[in-house]
Amino acid sequence: MRPVLLIDFGSTYTKLTAVDLDAEAVLGTAASYTTVQTDINEGLTKGLALLEEKTGKLEYTETFACSSAAGGLRMVTSGLVPELTSEAAKLASLGAGAKIIGLYSFEMTEDDLEDIRAAKPDIFLLVGGTDGGNKDCVLHNARMLAALRPAFPIVVAGNRAASRECERILEGCEVHVCPNVMPKFGVLNIEPTQSKIREIFLGRIVQAKGLSQVSGLLSDILMPTPSAVLQAMELLSKGCEEERGIGDLVGVDVGGATTDVYSMADGMPEQMNTVYKGLPEPFGKRTVEGDIGMRYSVKGILEAAGTARAAELSGLSEARVEELVAWLREHTDSVPEGPGEMEDLDYALASLAVETAVARHAGTIEETFTMMGRTYVQTGKNLTNVKQIVVTGGSLIHTRRVVEIARHALWSAAQPASLRPREADVWVDRTYILAAMGLLAGRYPAQALRMMKKEMEKHGHSK
Amino acid sequence: MDSVKKKVLVIGVIGADVHAVGNKILYHAFTEAGFDVVNLGVMVSQEEYIAAAIESNADAIVVSSLYGQGELDCRGMRQKCDEAGLKGIPLLVGGNIVIGKQKFEDVEKRFKDMGFDRAFPPNTTPETTIEALRELLHMDGDAQ
Repeated sequence: MRPVLLIDFGSTYTKLTAVDLDAEAVLGTAASYTTVQTDINEGLTKGLALLEEKTGKLEYTETFACSSAAGGLRMVTSGLVPELTSEAAKLASLGAGAKIIGLYSFEMTEDDLEDIRAAKPDIFLLVGGTDGGNKDCVLHNARMLAALRPAFPIVVAGNRAASRECERILEGCEVHVCPNVMPKFGVLNIEPTQSKIREIFLGRIVQAKGLSQVSGLLSDILMPTPSAVLQAMELLSKGCEEERGIGDLVGVDVGGATTDVYSMADGMPEQMNTVYKGLPEPFGKRTVEGDIGMRYSVKGILEAAGTARAAELSGLSEARVEELVAWLREHTDSVPEGPGEMEDLDYALASLAVETAVARHAGTIEETFTMMGRTYVQTGKNLTNVKQIVVTGGSLIHTRRVVEIARHALWSAAQPASLRPREADVWVDRTYILAAMGLLAGRYPAQALRMMKKEMEKHGHSK
Repeated sequence: MDSVKKKVLVIGVIGADVHAVGNKILYHAFTEAGFDVVNLGVMVSQEEYIAAAIESNADAIVVSSLYGQGELDCRGMRQKCDEAGLKGIPLLVGGNIVIGKQKFEDVEKRFKDMGFDRAFPPNTTPETTIEALRELLHMDGDAQ
């Protein structure tokens, strides 16, 4: 037996998973309530005791952890053109597991600085201009930032011709220079910036967020939780040398405050008569919908999808839906206790959260007529041929109708232009192991992959 | 010459126009002539040319139109460039930019009135356009 401990420091719960690498099995899981105010170690100690009740005493050979405690990795980014370098900065940050709390394009203003000062980001990502392209914007924004005398580190990943000057302007601040996130027009190079962001997270944020005592316990890097989930999704999709992956997939994590969507797919146009527009998106793409969540952001679901649809799906009246949603916002820790209108409502809300978040993540296609006949213009990823959907997140795994909920990620005649999967198998992360497996993925990919396949519930074709 | 920064061109076929061949030829010809070319391909909107020109700090925008709707598609582009801070950026247009038999002098005048620096008739060779670019960008001094 080779027991390994995997820890996920969340903002409300510390989740522990014990696995045996030899048997490739989950030995047990436990969750304990943690608050930001109290020491994070307290939650860990309590959780470990709970876990020990289930698994008996274990001598862990290794321990890995991820964290989204204290708001996770909070970032502000600035770029030049919204659809180009600003978008590249956003993709880079989200892919590194960050939560974007501010996103600026063009030259920042004094008002923006006030907002940034108030937001107190963990990291600022400063980009703009292709290599050899525009320098003015990134230099201007560097000067603005310098005036703030920021305590947060700044990653500079814009026009390489301006990087050193940005560094000089920001002298006295913690500055990290990375290769341009968009070195040429339409070409993304976000990986170097992402690994730098993770490195800073490890070194600095861990300390700031009371995890330093814990870090002595860990065998390897601590990463932001979304980054661990992204690694798990990537491994599950692509596989590794010894074990095949399940192929292209779409992953949905419906939480209380946000809904994260992951896609592992190339997503480029499939037909000759389709023209692709906009930035090509990365194979592994993550988006976060800050207004879509089952409790804190429950109002956002109704705003995006409409109360009428929630009423239709839940079988409740619109007035009753409004009433219950208002109640849920006040009682964010409530879970439906068995069948009843609360469960019906949760089903409707989760379905609409999945539908809205996946529709925003997926690309769109538009039909136009040209002199040469019918042509299509595609923006974003085409996920229609993706055959696997993975669902996770507390609100999904507690419900009994999870496959029906997941089906809302699929293409629908009501939104024909949204390039969502046409038919897919549904994998349910019932035991909430994705983040834990993402932590294992770096060192033990084959074991992690086999455990994911074994632990997740697979449901056959949904159309 | 490597020491001199290459001039940056943004090129593409405007509007709902999918003629891809000429665009590829121009891309190669301009690159060969020593330009740094950002090629947006076909079905390019005015906004896309402008966004690309801002990010890449382009020296000129070369618009192609092969399907006769060029005049409609190009209208207001100069004003948008001004608005976006690309004041005075050279705008060039060529291809089959209008429908029917019209005197090219008239067509040229209309495009110049719209704020284009150069308009080229059908069957213009890439060399002619390159010549015009060299002149507009004051590149006469540096030989290839």
